[in-house]
Amino acid sequence: MADYRWNWLIFFEKVATGGERYYQWLLAGLGWTVATSLLAWCLALILGLGIGIIRTTPLRWLALLGEIYVEIFRNIPLIVQMFLWFFVLPDLVPPVWGHWLKQEMPLPEFTTAVVSLAFFTAARIAEQVKAGLLALPPGQSQAALALGLTWPQAYRYVLLPVALRWIIPPLTSELMNIFKNSSVALTIGLLELTAVTRQINEYTFQSFEIFTLATVLYALLALMANRLMAWIEALTTLPGYGLGQGRE
Amino acid sequence: MMKNRFCLGAVLTGLGLVLAACGAQPPTPSSSPTATSATGTLEKIKNSGEIVLGVRESSIPFSYLDNQQKSVGYSIDLCQKVVEAIKQELNLPNLQVKTNPVTSQTRIPLLTNGTIDLECGSTTNSQERQKQVAFSVAHFITAVRMAVKADSGITDLQDLQGKAVVTTSGTTSERYLKQNEQAKSLDIKTLQGKDHAESFLMLASGRADAFVLDDVLLAGLIAQAKDPQAFKIVGPTLSREPYGLMFRKNDPAFKALVDKTLTRLMATGAIEKTYNHWFMSPIPPQQINLNLPLSPDLKKAFEHPTDQGI
Repeated sequence: MADYRWNWLIFFEKVATGGERYYQWLLAGLGWTVATSLLAWCLALILGLGIGIIRTTPLRWLALLGEIYVEIFRNIPLIVQMFLWFFVLPDLVPPVWGHWLKQEMPLPEFTTAVVSLAFFTAARIAEQVKAGLLALPPGQSQAALALGLTWPQAYRYVLLPVALRWIIPPLTSELMNIFKNSSVALTIGLLELTAVTRQINEYTFQSFEIFTLATVLYALLALMANRLMAWIEALTTLPGYGLGQGRE
Repeated sequence: MMKNRFCLGAVLTGLGLVLAACGAQPPTPSSSPTATSATGTLEKIKNSGEIVLGVRESSIPFSYLDNQQKSVGYSIDLCQKVVEAIKQELNLPNLQVKTNPVTSQTRIPLLTNGTIDLECGSTTNSQERQKQVAFSVAHFITAVRMAVKADSGITDLQDLQGKAVVTTSGTTSERYLKQNEQAKSLDIKTLQGKDHAESFLMLASGRADAFVLDDVLLAGLIAQAKDPQAFKIVGPTLSREPYGLMFRKNDPAFKALVDKTLTRLMATGAIEKTYNHWFMSPIPPQQINLNLPLSPDLKKAFEHPTDQGI
């Protein structure tokens, strides 16, 4: 390491191709990382909630559908899934659609990354939702039905409000994960934070400074996600449900 | 919770301070015994009894793995010659030669931190890179051009108007496209593949209309494609780049030895034999012939060896 020339000001230097400065690249990469992660998170939450719910319904075939979805999307590595969405899918659909996917779809890398990340994360959220619902005492749903509520009403007013509060901690991990998992999108050419980090490294060879900063940025994103969820948890806490106990 | 947050803040601050201290450290003087400078690399090899070569996995025909997962290629052959010279110089007939795989992204960090001693690949000798590492005299000169589908009708830069062009992230190619006067005025959508294979896939699958890269690497990729006839290399030379073997900076003894070895091969004409073996005849794994005759530029580089970077 004696030969390494440290230069922490590298981020403020001009890019070799002129015009921009390296920190602008980093900010753009950070922007794509945040946009991809948050959009995918919203989709994954909706999808995962739906699939988690149908996995606990009394309808057998519906529960089986959910099961199949979870097993498929949970068991294939994310990097492989992105590759399949981006390179294989356009050649499986009719040529007209394939051409649209390849050439005309706006922001193809971004869209593919969001969809792929959402489907992958939805499978994991679905498992957590299911676990939360199954953790409720059976008396809860029976009491709700005895009151004359329909199944959908029982879910809406009795089961989900408690189950969702219970699974906030694992959901926190999932939100922190989605930021980190978004870095896989560099494999399909999305210039997110890790991709620009590698690119700046190739331009300047100040690897240690650049990857250190990227590490800190990812840590900050995860920390913010963690704090946000902690705030939501504090906001929604209910007395008497074993929620938010022992936390100040 | 409050306590936790303070803890974390302290840890992060601490981390920052440690790193700042790293940055603030003055460079170690070369006289210190642990420094890998001055008589660095030769000293290191002598003390450990081994040399570690940085090799690529798929830089055909410079440095790649054959069917037996053995490192082969033009650059590998030249490195072997350097290893022979080191054995003589240090009088170490039993010198252990180890290989360590590197990528575009890892080759420089692994060299500066001492993991590898000599990189045998297809690395462009650029002035930016010279700030961190050193290069031998050029053993190859490449031209950056573009590969397109043969039936695309693209023959020149202006045909790229409104088209998608892919480059591999971490390569110098994307810059030339950005800097080219003619290309600047065009509306080109640029894509990035994570490695050459993936960029080529973008071209082959129709996501990109052109792939800008060193012609020799393009030729290698096309030769391996399912249907090599479906692609061709077209357009102007966006840049000429010298490749060199790469090693640590501020190591005049080691540099002299590497350069002397290569210069001798160039003077005796032995390097042309090696060149023809890898570029003009069938090579493993699929017995493809790249058919790239010695270019006038490279001939000149052999006659007047130079370690000038671009």
